[in-house]
Parts: sequence; C-alpha cells; structure tokens
Amino acid sequence: MSAQTPDAPSIELINVSRRFIAPTGKSLTALKDFTMRVDEGEFVAVVGPTGCGKSTTLNLITGLNKPSAGEVRIFGQPVSGIDPRIGFVFQTDALFPWRNVIDNVVAGPMFRGRPKAEAYQAARDWLSRVGLSKFEHHYPHQLSGGMRKRVSLAQTFINEPKILLMDEPFSALDVQTRVLMHEELLKLWAGSKASVIFVTHDLEEAIALADKVYVLTSGPGMVKSVYPIGIPRPRVMAEIRYEPQFIDIAHTIWNDLRDEVQRSYRQAGLAA
Amino acid sequence: MTDITLEDRSTVPVGTSDAEIEQAALTSLRKRRQTVLFWRLAILVALLGGWELAGRMTWIDPFFYSIPTAIVARLYEWITQGTSEGPLWYHLYVTMEESLAGFFSGAITGVIIGVALGRNKMLSDVFSIYIKLINSVPRVVLAPIFIMLFGLGLGSKIALSFVMVFFVVFSNAFQGVVEADRNMIANAMILGANQWQLTRHVIIPSAMSWIFASLHVSFGFAIIGAIVGEFVGSRYGIGLLINIAKGSFDASGMYAAIIIIMVVALIAEYLMTSVEKRLAKWRPVPQHDTH
Ligand SMILES: Nc1ncnc2c1ncn2[C@@H]1O[C@H](COP(=O)(O)OP(=O)(O)O)[C@@H](O)[C@H]1O
Ligand SMILES: [Mg+2]
Repeated sequence: MSAQTPDAPSIELINVSRRFIAPTGKSLTALKDFTMRVDEGEFVAVVGPTGCGKSTTLNLITGLNKPSAGEVRIFGQPVSGIDPRIGFVFQTDALFPWRNVIDNVVAGPMFRGRPKAEAYQAARDWLSRVGLSKFEHHYPHQLSGGMRKRVSLAQTFINEPKILLMDEPFSALDVQTRVLMHEELLKLWAGSKASVIFVTHDLEEAIALADKVYVLTSGPGMVKSVYPIGIPRPRVMAEIRYEPQFIDIAHTIWNDLRDEVQRSYRQAGLAA
Repeated sequence: MTDITLEDRSTVPVGTSDAEIEQAALTSLRKRRQTVLFWRLAILVALLGGWELAGRMTWIDPFFYSIPTAIVARLYEWITQGTSEGPLWYHLYVTMEESLAGFFSGAITGVIIGVALGRNKMLSDVFSIYIKLINSVPRVVLAPIFIMLFGLGLGSKIALSFVMVFFVVFSNAFQGVVEADRNMIANAMILGANQWQLTRHVIIPSAMSWIFASLHVSFGFAIIGAIVGEFVGSRYGIGLLINIAKGSFDASGMYAAIIIIMVVALIAEYLMTSVEKRLAKWRPVPQHDTH
C-alpha cells in the first residue's frame, strides 16, 4: 500500500464518476468525468458551488468512498482503503470532545501504535508549534473556534501526512481568525511539503493559499478550468488580498465561477 | 413589549464595584436557595401533618391508610427487633443482591449487544424485528414464568431485573452508537484507528451520555424487577415483606417497606449521578444566571 512509483503525481483522479443511488432507486451523479492531478508538494485549491461534489472528491481520495467509474491513484497506486499517508481536516469539529487537547493530538500516533512516551512528546511538540502549550489539559468546549482548529491541525500534522486534504476547514471561523489560520497553515505546510487539496467556497481564500485553483461546474461536478496562481511565496496573508495581481486573478476566476454559482442557484430553485 | 430595563433587578448604580455586584449576587442566590428549602419543608410537614391529623381524627381509616407515626414506629421496630420473617437487614440484603445482579448483568449485556447491533447494519436489520417483538411484552408478566423456570430463589428475581434493565440500556446504547458523529468517525479512521480502536475510543464514549441516561432509570427498574419477583413468590426480600403485610392487613408495614425502597433508590440515584459527573467532566458546564 505504501509503494511509490517514481515521478508519479501525489494524487491523480482519472475520468472519475461517482453516482449515489437513493434507497428508492433514483440515482444522482455527483461527479462526472472528473480529472485532476496534484504533484508532489503542490497546494491545490478547489472552488465550486455548494453540492457540486467537492467533499465527494476528497472522500474518494481517502478511500472512505469508492468511484463508480474511473480511477483514483495516490503516488501512482490505486486507492485501496485508508492510506496512512493521508491527513484530513474537516469543516465541522471532528475533535473528540471527551478528550482533552493533548489526548486529542496524540490520538493518531497512539492509534498507529507508537510508544506512549514518544507519542506524547511529539504531541507536546506539535502543540507548541500551534501555540497551544498552555492548553494541553483543556477540553475542546473550553476553547475558541480558532483554537479548536489549531488543535485539529496539530492532530493532523502529527501523523506527518504526505497528502493533506482539507474540506472547507476554516469556513466556520470569523474573518480575522481565518486570516490567522491561513498564516498558520502555510507555516506548517512549508515545514512539511505535503501535497494539499484545499476545498473551499471562498475564492479569495483559494487564491491566497494555492499554487493552482480548480473551478468546478455546478453538479454533476466536472473540472471547468484550472488557474495557476503565480503569486510568489512566502505570501503575507494579511496583505495579499490588496495586491493588484491578486485582484486581477480574483476577477478572472470570479467571472468563470459566477456562472456556475448562478446555475447552481437556479437548479436549487427548480428542485425546491 | 414591556419595558425590561424598568424591571431588571441587575441594574446597579454607577460606580458599584465588581466585588459588590458579586457579593449581592451571592446573597440573592443564597436567599433563593433558602426560600426553596423552606417551601419544600413546609409542604412535607403539611402533608405528613395532614395525614397524621386525618388519621387521628378518623377522617380516613387508619386501619387502611395508617398514619406517619405508626409507620415510623414500624420502621423502628423492624430496624431494632427485626421483622416477623427475620432481620430486616437480611431482606434488604437479598433484594439489593438481586437488583444489583440484575442491573449489572442487564446493563453490561445491553451495552454489548446495543453496540454490536449499532455497529453492524446487517445484524440490526435482521434482529430489530425480534427485539421489537420481545420488547412489546410487558415485563412483569414474565415474573410467574421465571419463577416456574428458575424457582423461588435468587435466579428468578435476577432474571426479571435483567429483562427490565436490558431493553432500556440496549435501546439507548444502540441509539447512541447510531447517532455517533460521522465526521468524528471518519476523522478517527483517517488518523489510523482500526475497527476495535474506533469502537473503544470513539463509538462507546460518544454513546456514553445515552447509556448513562438509561442507567439512571434502569436501576429503578432493576429494583422493580426484584420486588415484583419477590412479590410473586419468594422466601426473602422487601417484596416478601410487602406481601406478608398485605396478607395481614398491616398498612404500616407496607408503607414502611415502601419507604425503605425509596431510600435505597435515592441513594442509588445519588451514586449514579456522582459517577456520571466524574466521567463526564469534559462536558460544558451550563452557565447559570443569578437572578
Ligand atoms: N452519501 C451520499 N448519498 C447520497 N447523495 C450524496 C451523498 N454524499 C453526497 N451526495 C450528493 O452528492 C452531491 C455532492 O455532494 P458534496 O460532495 O457533499 O458537495 P460539496 O461538498 O461540493 O458541497 C450533492 O448533491 C449531495 O447531495
Ligand atoms: Mg462539502
């Protein structure tokens, strides 16, 4: 499972389709002929209207979900089951509320059978990196939304994932906290050089963070266009959205995305 | 809409210090507690006093209704001299033994089967119909059957307690497992949990508040099971005392037995709550407003 074909992209989806069949027998195509490629160390953002299949795409890569047609590969190998090289950050809180902060962070290494002392040492290390050393023994409900997200990041990064999947991870945060989290994420990512797929419906967030932005069509989801983002790194998250280059790119992509968003509204309107 | 600010008692004059505000809040909190306690005691005294008075004035027949002082006297007699069937403590011991055995066996089996069916869609689809069927049987009608099957001793009472407890705990454990957060499960799996670790570290803890809710009520059910069993046929136990009191038209004896059961149930409830509090220290504490 952990075999690696040299020079293969980290993540590859080739003509992938995913159909959901309701118990009534009606089928719904969430993804159709979906093709995508993420190279090693690349940061890819995926934007698209709600319900266009973004979460479905990520689930296919984790192996929690299987494609109806086409192939999903990571490091050149077809996905079969949950790959230990993958890390996932969820939109909603996926922390274990009955565990305190450090026990949440240590979960991954402990599940994977690392010795206890070593695992806790690593957890303390990661907590200090996200600036939460003082909160080791707090429970998730005692933390702010931003702090809980930092715990999630530490919980994911401690496993040193080669592939990092993020499903609208910061969409529940207020704008200021979100910018801080962007800084935090880029810092952690720079230290890990993982390949990232970052799903969001916030176009500015996508451009600020990514090397490449994928725009999806409204459901069934297909790749509409791909935009390389040439803004040099390191980027300053607090300033980046006021730079002319950023505004230009945002304009171009928005023209593209707007049609899809409007179409998805119309579809939702017809369905309702 | 009424003007709220006019009635808001928390409005304080400008320049009041935090310490003063906190002091005032504490005082009003204490006062409120005292008022509640006062009314509770007052109602108790009024009820018991009314009962005693009505009995003594023979507005109600003390032969059937007894009176509080007679009940206390009977309790005192049982405690100091024992009952006609031997020492009170032995009867209490037998009833507790049956209840606890029924409670623990029922709760443990309920949790295990609830988690197993909750984790396995196929199993639960197949068995759910049978569980519904058995669950629709009123539990107490099983008492004579169990006595026939397991005899007059402990076995029949434990069996009855067991079925009383099992279904409550089972259905809550099952529900708790089914409602476990899907993202949390996915998170654990991606972090590297295998099926056993998932059950042990995610599914069971997240079903725990459901399970505890059922344990609260089901200890009461365990006692009911034991006592009904004793009632139907036994040689020892509080249920037997009630049965004998009934046979000899001893109203005081029946009420005395009921009071013993009440005390036991309240102690169990208290223990259960404190265990739950220790286990659930991760849960948010509700914020109280002090008015
Ligand atoms: N498990 C499922 N069963 C049935 N339909 C699903 C399931 N998961 C997703 N869908 C449908 O697939 C479409 C895409 O969903 P999703 O990937 O969650 O969209 P997004 O994350 O882009 O908002 C939606 O129409 C959704 O209703
Ligand atoms: Mg989604």
